Amino acid sequence: MSSAPLIELINVTKIYGKGDAEVRALDGLHLTIPEGQFLAVMGASGSGKSTCMNMLGCLDVPTSGDHLFRGVEVGRLSMEQRALLRRNYLGFVFQGFNLLARTNARENVELPLIYRGVRAKDRRARAIEALGMVGLAGRETHAPNELSGGQQQRVAIARAMVTNPAVLLADEPTGNLDSQRSDEIMRLLVRLNAERGITIIMVTHDAHMASFAQRIVQFKDGRLLSDEMNARPA
Amino acid sequence: MFWSTLLMSFREIRRNTLRSILTTLGVIIGVAAVIAMVTLGQGATARITSDIASLGKNLLFVFPGSARRTTTVTSAPPLRVDDARAVLEEVAGVANVAAAAGRSALVVYGNKNWRTGITGTTNNYFEVREWGIATGRRFTDSELLTGAPVCILGATPRRELFGNQDPLGAQVRAGNVSFEVIGVLTEKGRSTFGDDQDDFVAIPLATFHRRVAGNTDVGVMYVSASESTETSNVQRGVEALMRQRRGIPEDGEGDVIVRDTKEISDLASKATGVLTALLGAIASVSLLVGGIGIMNIMLVSVTERTREIGLRLAIGARASEVLLQFLVEATVLSTLGGVLGIALGLGGSYLAAHALKLPFVFIPQIVVVAFVFSGMVGIAFGYFPARKAAKLNPIDALRYE
Repeated sequence: MSSAPLIELINVTKIYGKGDAEVRALDGLHLTIPEGQFLAVMGASGSGKSTCMNMLGCLDVPTSGDHLFRGVEVGRLSMEQRALLRRNYLGFVFQGFNLLARTNARENVELPLIYRGVRAKDRRARAIEALGMVGLAGRETHAPNELSGGQQQRVAIARAMVTNPAVLLADEPTGNLDSQRSDEIMRLLVRLNAERGITIIMVTHDAHMASFAQRIVQFKDGRLLSDEMNARPA
Repeated sequence: MFWSTLLMSFREIRRNTLRSILTTLGVIIGVAAVIAMVTLGQGATARITSDIASLGKNLLFVFPGSARRTTTVTSAPPLRVDDARAVLEEVAGVANVAAAAGRSALVVYGNKNWRTGITGTTNNYFEVREWGIATGRRFTDSELLTGAPVCILGATPRRELFGNQDPLGAQVRAGNVSFEVIGVLTEKGRSTFGDDQDDFVAIPLATFHRRVAGNTDVGVMYVSASESTETSNVQRGVEALMRQRRGIPEDGEGDVIVRDTKEISDLASKATGVLTALLGAIASVSLLVGGIGIMNIMLVSVTERTREIGLRLAIGARASEVLLQFLVEATVLSTLGGVLGIALGLGGSYLAAHALKLPFVFIPQIVVVAFVFSGMVGIAFGYFPARKAAKLNPIDALRYE
């Protein structure tokens, strides 16, 4: 089900620090991600996968090489333009959920819509719809501390998809959850990928979680160690 | 975008109600202090103006001395009893004139004594100063003419010498002269300048001249202008007449000072105005300190909400939007503090005005100024923390523990 490349990393190198303290986080990385793919990124810590995710999330730019998003060279965009690119095309899910405390689920989900300039009435409707989609109908007015970990992550997923992003970047989304909740979250991501055609890029340590994806890449020392299609996603 | 930022900051402030109130406490107190100082200052000015008006309506004081040199009071020749009659008869617009002379004396009754002022004057004095008799009577014409040893007590010597006793008919002694008490004046209380207006004993002017002073000098004339006359015209008339009577040429320097109560009240208003400005300036320093308090808490808030800022930046907030959010938050906080401060300041000064028996003067301008100023404090002191927030790197901010 591969189609036109959505994201291309061409010979990307990322170097932090200078001189003796220099760290090559990415070292001549090539990676092409087509529209609609569910990609799992694996690798030990320090393998460069987090740096790669930051780059794919347009939070960081390569030291050398090209990062193309739908043919646009991200490395040449200003901070401002990258913020707008994130706003309009990307959704983020984090290991630590990163919900606003003392703010109810609906308002958390509405947050990215505020920056998109969506009117309050539409924001509300779309947030309620997104919460319904992740199975949290009726929990709209719950604050994060009134929700379980799995529910909080589902709020975070609703927040990421409420804007209908082209790409959803998930950084160890199940890292803080038990296996049952983790499976629920994974099935939700699979569904979003299948039903809405959202490209999903997920970092994980867990081979079981990775098995839900269509494609699994392994990082080592800033390069790809392996790149395999998953014949039978779970 | 601005509107939702505003709503967002209101939500943020509500999320942390107690901290928000503590944050704005400095601004609340600062604004309240400025409002209270200025309002009470204006109240004091109004009180002083009305106090001076209570000296007597359209009243002028005439006493010897040069307007240019303040030390020449003694060197200028004293006024004469005839001067009073001349002013009344010859200056247009004069309703009444009272001549008076005074000196300090120890007044003794029984085993009690009291140092007070003895004022020799006529019944006109009570007219021009609008002073009533509480008990007893005024001087009779014959007493005034013959210099009878009678006196009318002010409220203070009456209280000090007689306590609860009835003073009428009693003999009090000043120096080696005995006076019969024939009346007691009503109480006027303290004057604007803090001195006790009731602390004197009035005796007939002729008695004063013959038995106390041993001369016929007049120290001061109280001239009341009639209702319809401009006091400045009367002032000029009195000056011209006195110049003529004292043989001073048209172009020479006059040796009589004519002072209008309005002039005095203007002077006093000016003085309290300066004092009010000074107190207001001191109070606005506390407003500045309040601004620094807001800056501190906003800096803490930025650190505390680093992850939130990271999240906002990640999901597509521009740096400028994060800046705006924190700036609006600081400004809303300080303006809210301003509004509470205005309420507190007005309420506080209303109560204080009551307690101090000052009139409560509401000044809309100072309310507007305080409001605008508190908003500006928020912008000025919110900018630094807001810029710190906007400059955060989203990757680091998201990872911040």
